[in-house]
Amino acid sequence: MDLEKFGKHGVLFKPLVHTGKGFYLVVAILVLIIVWGGGAYIYQFTQGLGVTGLSLPVPWGVYIINFIFFIAIGFGGTLTSAILRIFNAEWRTPITRAAELMTVCGVVIGTINVIFALAKPQRFLNLFLHPRIQSPLIWDVIAIGSYLILSLIYLYLPMIPDIATLRDAFPKRRRLYGFLALGWTGSPKQKRLLERLIDLLAVLMLPTAVVVHSVLAWIFGMTIRPMWHSTIFGPYFIMGAIFSGIGALLFVMVILRRVLHLEEYLQPLHFNNMGLLLLIMALTWLYFTIAEYLTVFYGNEHSEMIVFWAKMRGEFAPYFWGQVLTCLVIPLALLISRRTRTIMGTVIAGVSVVIGMWLERFLIVVPTLARPILSYPIPTYRPNWVEWSVMAACTAAIALVFVLFAKFFPIVSVWELEEEHEKAATVKGKATPEAV
Amino acid sequence: MPRWGMVIDLDKCTACQACTVACLAENNVPIVGPEESLRHRAISWHYVLADVEGEYPHLRARFIPRPCFHCENPPCVKVCPVGATYVDEEGLVLVNYDRCIGCKYCVTSCPYGVRYVNWLHYHWPEPMEQYLNPEVPLRPEGVVEKCTFCIHRLERAKQEAADQGRELTDADLVLLTACNQACPASARYFGDLDDPESTVSRLARSPRAFRLFEDLGTEPRVYYLAEEKS
Repeated sequence: MDLEKFGKHGVLFKPLVHTGKGFYLVVAILVLIIVWGGGAYIYQFTQGLGVTGLSLPVPWGVYIINFIFFIAIGFGGTLTSAILRIFNAEWRTPITRAAELMTVCGVVIGTINVIFALAKPQRFLNLFLHPRIQSPLIWDVIAIGSYLILSLIYLYLPMIPDIATLRDAFPKRRRLYGFLALGWTGSPKQKRLLERLIDLLAVLMLPTAVVVHSVLAWIFGMTIRPMWHSTIFGPYFIMGAIFSGIGALLFVMVILRRVLHLEEYLQPLHFNNMGLLLLIMALTWLYFTIAEYLTVFYGNEHSEMIVFWAKMRGEFAPYFWGQVLTCLVIPLALLISRRTRTIMGTVIAGVSVVIGMWLERFLIVVPTLARPILSYPIPTYRPNWVEWSVMAACTAAIALVFVLFAKFFPIVSVWELEEEHEKAATVKGKATPEAV
Repeated sequence: MPRWGMVIDLDKCTACQACTVACLAENNVPIVGPEESLRHRAISWHYVLADVEGEYPHLRARFIPRPCFHCENPPCVKVCPVGATYVDEEGLVLVNYDRCIGCKYCVTSCPYGVRYVNWLHYHWPEPMEQYLNPEVPLRPEGVVEKCTFCIHRLERAKQEAADQGRELTDADLVLLTACNQACPASARYFGDLDDPESTVSRLARSPRAFRLFEDLGTEPRVYYLAEEKS
């Protein structure tokens, strides 16, 4: 099929028309990983949660860490598309759709991890049949449920005009695209309505995301365990979510750029701007971390100090200092200077932050549990192959969604790009005669 | 309405662990086996903690028997998302094994570590499955379980008293739970904390009485007696 009929952004439709060997190879590898992880979970489901590395007093591990981690990754999507939309930052346009997809993937995969963490998963419907609103976990069910619905609509709405283009271009896939396009004709009335709806959703998404990450934090904050019972946890989680989300988005951007040849759309400018955002968040992370740990250190409360030292120089020290390296040292080294704030530099910093924020979630969940205030024999929590396999499958599932999504829909919002070009053209056209 | 509580005299306790063993047998506590035990999966509703203070050679060690404290303000009940763990009319903190989804939030929020998880499907080696206590339900794999203050014995005692047309007396209650009954040092007492005449309420008011981590505000219903408090 000829790409020219899609207009000057034809290259964006290339993956929908041409399917190379690479695509099948990637899909096959991802499906294999997912099948492997799925098998590991079936084994866990039939035998019991005991096949994982969990034990007492650390009954929460990789699954709860991933629950927070993946949902937090999604915040990068909300931030880039909703905040930047509200502030009308034009440079966001080529990234928004991938960002919104990342939000949906993060929320879905994160939520599934809660079910993995249940020791009696076949009863998870009790969360809806017998909810106790006083429990922070039910706050999560409500907040994440709303967030998931909003983010799905927020991903879908801006796709409608592009889907309509596809409906007209692919008569064979009319059933799929025709249904999803909802009779879009591109009339000014439809456009106005769509834009107003998108703006409304952007405004709704932000407070919802803030609530989601706060109640995630409050799962820990509402208990009376040392270094969990802290008022800073809500803001700390929100900030951490934005931080890791931007890091993950940078990684997604560079892959899309390479694989789909979007060099023209995802330019060094975008990586530079996202890199600057990441730099700001790295410094904010430093501030929050100092605020948390210094307060605990000066308070010098016995049970809190046991956890504090376990993180600083005990068995969890590699995680703590690894987190300082990946969340602070590497990003600062790469992002401060314009010389290293290149595409490669920002992406390395982004990936480093994602790893670092996983370590931070580990440091939030595990050390407090591993240091109960009563003197039990203390085991170290070591995730085993079941948990790692399920985690690999979760990551592969997100990758697979991106690969398949890019096969059926343009991963860059074409109509918004066109609109921007038109706007730019009219501004230029008006400006020139006046100048003369 | 009674308010059930327990008093444990640390100065009398010899840490013989008879309480722990009696509890395991009484409550059909699953036997997890040596392998699982090494992985810290052992279930023990009652546990004897070793509390060591100071550094060699100036050590001070003592043992603290720990049942569930059945707190007045239980952190575990507050966080349960499905109402599987609850406080009954007489103040006992119990688990509805048919409701529990195994999220383990209660396990992480209990500051005393009294809650245990059925990590796998545990079974009793032959011929031990013949000795299960018919009064205590077996727990399915995946749910959380903990000390019930031997609620089945309590119910039976109430029934017996009612059959004889009398009120429950302090004498019926003091050694009611399996752990108390097994204690060779008579270091443990059970009863109604709201009855000013009861043994537990008298002992709980003694100057030797204290509770663990009172500053947490959980208001445990288990009191310890010791000349030297920690």
